[in-house]
Amino acid sequence: MTTVQHLAPLAVVIPLLAACVIAGLSFLPRRLHEVVAIGAAIASTTLCAILLAHANDGPIVYWLGHWEPHHGVALGISLTVDQLGAGIATLTGVLVIASLVYSTRYYDEIDGPYFALVMTFMAGMVAFSLTGDLFDMFVFFELMSVAAFALTAVMIEERGPIQGAINFAVTNSVAGFGLLVGIALLYGRTGALNLAQIGLSLDHHPADALVAVALLLVVAAFLTKAAAVPFHFWLADAHAVAPAPVSILFSGVMVELGVFGAARVLSTAFAQPIEPSLHDLRMVLVGVGVVTAVVAAFSCFQQRHLKRLLAFSTISHMGIVICGVALLADRALAGAASYALGHGLAKGALFLGTGTLLHRCGAIDEFQLRGQGRDLPLLGLVFVVGALVLASAPLATTFFGKSLVEDAALSADYAWLPAVLALCSALTGAAVLRASARIFLGWGDDPQETRTESEERSQEASSREEGADVKPHTATPALLVAVPAVLMLAAVLAGLVPELVPSIERAAAHFRDHASYAGAVLSGRAPHFPPVAGAHVSATAWIYAAASTAGALLLASFGLRDRQVLPVTVADVLRAAHSGHVGDYIAWWTFGMALLGGFVLWAVAG
Amino acid sequence: MTFLPYAVAAWLFVVGLYGIVTSRHLVHLAVCLTVVQSSTYLILLSTGYVRHGSAPIYADIPPVATAVDPVVQALTLTDIVVESTITALLLALAVQAMKRFGSVDPTFLRQLRG
Repeated sequence: MTTVQHLAPLAVVIPLLAACVIAGLSFLPRRLHEVVAIGAAIASTTLCAILLAHANDGPIVYWLGHWEPHHGVALGISLTVDQLGAGIATLTGVLVIASLVYSTRYYDEIDGPYFALVMTFMAGMVAFSLTGDLFDMFVFFELMSVAAFALTAVMIEERGPIQGAINFAVTNSVAGFGLLVGIALLYGRTGALNLAQIGLSLDHHPADALVAVALLLVVAAFLTKAAAVPFHFWLADAHAVAPAPVSILFSGVMVELGVFGAARVLSTAFAQPIEPSLHDLRMVLVGVGVVTAVVAAFSCFQQRHLKRLLAFSTISHMGIVICGVALLADRALAGAASYALGHGLAKGALFLGTGTLLHRCGAIDEFQLRGQGRDLPLLGLVFVVGALVLASAPLATTFFGKSLVEDAALSADYAWLPAVLALCSALTGAAVLRASARIFLGWGDDPQETRTESEERSQEASSREEGADVKPHTATPALLVAVPAVLMLAAVLAGLVPELVPSIERAAAHFRDHASYAGAVLSGRAPHFPPVAGAHVSATAWIYAAASTAGALLLASFGLRDRQVLPVTVADVLRAAHSGHVGDYIAWWTFGMALLGGFVLWAVAG
Repeated sequence: MTFLPYAVAAWLFVVGLYGIVTSRHLVHLAVCLTVVQSSTYLILLSTGYVRHGSAPIYADIPPVATAVDPVVQALTLTDIVVESTITALLLALAVQAMKRFGSVDPTFLRQLRG
């Protein structure tokens, strides 16, 4: 037995300790806080990377307080580190480091509590990825949520952040309470909180209404975090008003963790109960993913507030990742994971790039910024490459991920799915491409002549809601361009690293191996995984990728002429639904729960 | 086993949601959120309840005596901590909303739309 499992709690404790140190010593100068925070983030990320390397042969299990299972019954709390969990924890760490480095030059003024919150946020996210206990998932879900609410409103003097944080906090808290009710129901049924133990106890019973309701509540809570339509309204508000270095953590990894949580419970606790109804449940979940991807892609294309545009594109891409998880197949999950990796890095770079534009020009509106980015050519390149990555252009990391999802969709008889997802990629890529051409090249029609009244209103609102975190500057520090450029380079090159995609495929197959997971956790058995045959990128994947890239270029030129793809009435309805009223959002959430609940009950217990 | 606590919990969850949807005051809204949360306390505690069970403290009773489940009580305590954090945060935001928007009615928080 090696000692590598002792690193797992350290990866969580280090950022938490750093948060305490920073908060306790808040009178120290800002530079010292930055050093402590960056140091802790690097240490924790390194530990996650070591765990990732050692999780090759099966999950690493650590029992807190040495409460190990006796005779196969787990009473203690475990950290169960498998490759996907350690991988997403490492991605979290990388993005936190990027965010912290960027923020050293980004903020004119920032207090110690900000860095303490970022560290708490990081601890919550890392722990959420590494834990093997359902109640711990709730605790860390709440820990990262509370830190995220506070980070959204860190510019507390402004109006936008207050409203965004309220909407975010209420929506996610309601979802969290739903999660807890689901956990209580499962505990009542199984007497267990450990994911493997719950799975084992549920194995012996067919799924009934209670299990179906618990499944609904738990999965819906994670889908709220993942911003699935119609639980997504909080995301656009929160992302639009949070400062850029916070947005990259939201978009780059926090929402991905929502999908990760859903995948985790579906492949451990609920793996057996859903087995007989796999076909129907797949249909329901793919439906959620497709609606999310399509609705958000159209919302994205009609935005002109850059951060909101990127936020809607995140929702749309989460729809694609949800489809990957929803197909309930090894290859599709591998696709979702690869896609999330590429998307997280690229979206992080784009959000930071938007922050740099805000830092330079003091504006965030696509039309106000027209031609303003001409003296930042490298940043322009980052945006264009980012648009292509979002469009899943051939050889980007997202392309490899999406081709795996498409492959799995074809073998699950969802032949129409790749075409729909290609449309969403094209729309979101086009939106970013259009904005880049307008901002960095000054292309497109003069907005003054073609602006409609509703756009006038939204511009007024958007110019007021942002610009709070920094004032315009005459010069841009090199770091503010370098960090997004490095992230974007990583987003492009990650997929080309030999053996990376095949190793994600193996990790996904191991992640979904319910019996091996339970054996490793409950009886310490070393798992014997069957070999996983790596997929080849099929010819159709190249065709879809080429089509979505070409579509993005076409739609971008269409958008530069100030045309919309949706009829005005539909666009207005879509816009009106995002009312910014927290009561409306909870009404939508309740409606979504009722709808999803009906379908899940029909699929699982019916 | 009785279904009454579960029915009450479901009622609290739904009535709390109704309160949030129709709320015209941010403080009222934060209280409605705690109503939703109280349904989780009820459901947790009733899950672990044993009829005629004593408190799960074995200092002065024989270890064989029936006791209620201590795990759910620990979960409820954690839940209370979570709730107090969220409520404190929301109340702080309500104070800021009053300062910046001049209103605590969510209908008048009209910065973010579309």
